[in-house]
Amino acid sequence: MSKTTVLAGQPEWNGQMKTRDARSKRYAFKKYRVLLIMMIPALLYVLIFNYVPIYGLLIAFEDFQVTKGFFGSPWVGFANFQKAFSDPYFYQVLKNTVLISVYRMLWGFPIPILFALLLSEVKNVRFKKAVQTASYLPHFISWIILGGIFMSIFSLEGPINAILGIFGIDPILFMADTKYFRSILVISSILASFGWSSIIYFAAITGVDPHLHEAAVVDGAGRFKRMIYITIPLLMPVISIMLVLSMSGILDAGFDQIFNMYNPQVYDVADIIDTYVYRKGLIDMDYGYATAVGLFKSGIGLILMLTANGLAKKMGGGDYTLW
Amino acid sequence: MVRSGSKIADILLYAFMTAVLVITLYPFWTQVVISLDGGDAAYSSFKLFPSKISFDSYKLAFDFDALWVGYKNTIIRTCLGVVISILATAITAYPLSKKDLPLNKWITRFMLIQFIIGGGLIPNYLLIKYLGLYNTIWALVIPGMLSTFNVLIMRNFFRSLPESLEESAMVDGAGFVRIFIRIILPLSMPIIATEALWVGVGHWNAWFDALIYTNDTNKEMLQLVLRRIIIQNNPTQFSDILTKLQDKNPYSGMQLQATVIMLSILPMLVVYPFMQKYFVKGIMVGAIKG
Repeated sequence: MSKTTVLAGQPEWNGQMKTRDARSKRYAFKKYRVLLIMMIPALLYVLIFNYVPIYGLLIAFEDFQVTKGFFGSPWVGFANFQKAFSDPYFYQVLKNTVLISVYRMLWGFPIPILFALLLSEVKNVRFKKAVQTASYLPHFISWIILGGIFMSIFSLEGPINAILGIFGIDPILFMADTKYFRSILVISSILASFGWSSIIYFAAITGVDPHLHEAAVVDGAGRFKRMIYITIPLLMPVISIMLVLSMSGILDAGFDQIFNMYNPQVYDVADIIDTYVYRKGLIDMDYGYATAVGLFKSGIGLILMLTANGLAKKMGGGDYTLW
Repeated sequence: MVRSGSKIADILLYAFMTAVLVITLYPFWTQVVISLDGGDAAYSSFKLFPSKISFDSYKLAFDFDALWVGYKNTIIRTCLGVVISILATAITAYPLSKKDLPLNKWITRFMLIQFIIGGGLIPNYLLIKYLGLYNTIWALVIPGMLSTFNVLIMRNFFRSLPESLEESAMVDGAGFVRIFIRIILPLSMPIIATEALWVGVGHWNAWFDALIYTNDTNKEMLQLVLRRIIIQNNPTQFSDILTKLQDKNPYSGMQLQATVIMLSILPMLVVYPFMQKYFVKGIMVGAIKG
């Protein structure tokens, strides 16, 4: 008997809590009515401009025809993907994408770290700021202009060929030579981005507790030793997280740069997924196929990002993850 | 011992950093030299200074109408883009700054989609066409107007404002809208200015959306005018000016290109040293928590 009373009492108590909860919820809705109305445009925006295009990815499984539209075009399943995977040129494009971004990472990843380490050793604040500010400049300039400038530097009449000329080397048509084009892409992309990428390392170096350096100085450690034994170990978490994050961008070889610097003569080495999708989709109007290739890329990107986020969580803890 | 070693290291360090400085600025400097040099800087190529200074190409470029149409369009786009983007961000961030707003967590999650996946080129392009935005300025300012990242940063700023201000205004009978306009927005000018700069520079340099969503010469953005001249070498009206200049200088194609580059990056060169710190701040905030 006593047992049943207890059991009978429980739901009653729960029920009371629920009504109170519901009442406070209703109260919150009433209190924040105006603010919830304020949210409506944003929700509509996200729905239309973020979710609808994701739904539109279904075009990848259609033989999309403009006249028939999204709902009228015939469903073809994985035919577009099969077409891509059986096309040798698709593998060429995939290879170019991975190669360019791996080369860029190999050089472009350590350079900002070295730059930050060395520049933070400079004592003259004005000089330091000047170098820093100059190195940020390309970040504020579009790749149309940067591409134009680099193309003029590497052109037949440009300074690079002039320097080679001093050593008796005949002028090289860099921008149309498949042997050099990837290197030019990598070099110019690093020149344009190393300063901006170093910001995060500067911040980490500035954050190092000065007492550590003072103690090391008392122990007779020179600058180089302090860099090796204090600064670099303390940078390691940031470095590893940045590395993991950059892994997830392995299929982003830099559309803005390549689109403005490449030309049909170097498609074999410089055509990447993004430029291929652009030409297939918007020039050849092969919408279904282009969407499929794009979806393949964002699928891989998503998997890499989730893996990277998991790894970052393991290595750096919650503070360093993406969300 | 330690001292002399340190001194040598210092000298090497400064020399190296000077070299870095030169390497970063040299590409831009070449354009200054080529654009000013009335002679053959564009050809003989390894010149650190113009052999003689002539503003011929600058004078001619002033007659290049497309450049100024581009300037005008880009200024309009940037202003409009900044205004609607900041407006949208602020009215979204304010409700979300209330921790006990119903569904707050779900709305935020709903908006985080931007960080995860997007539709990609073709679905976005078709959406713009279906919505009838194609070839209008709205195709350039609406699709990117609400960045979840910017919303979250502004939300955090709103949360950092003292609650007592709002409470006392509420006691005085002010509603949320009045509090938002009269109290929150004026106090949030630092973050509004910062985000306005981010959005503004983004619009100033944007070109791909203009390339695919507009096809009208009257609506051409500065970046696309530049692309036509610098990248595609397809200057229609440009060729008249070029022939005028060619009488004086056989290598004027490059000179005129360099001039156009200079004319278009001048505003950025002037302002970016003063605004870079706001962008650095953005990197730092984003790195700590997105």
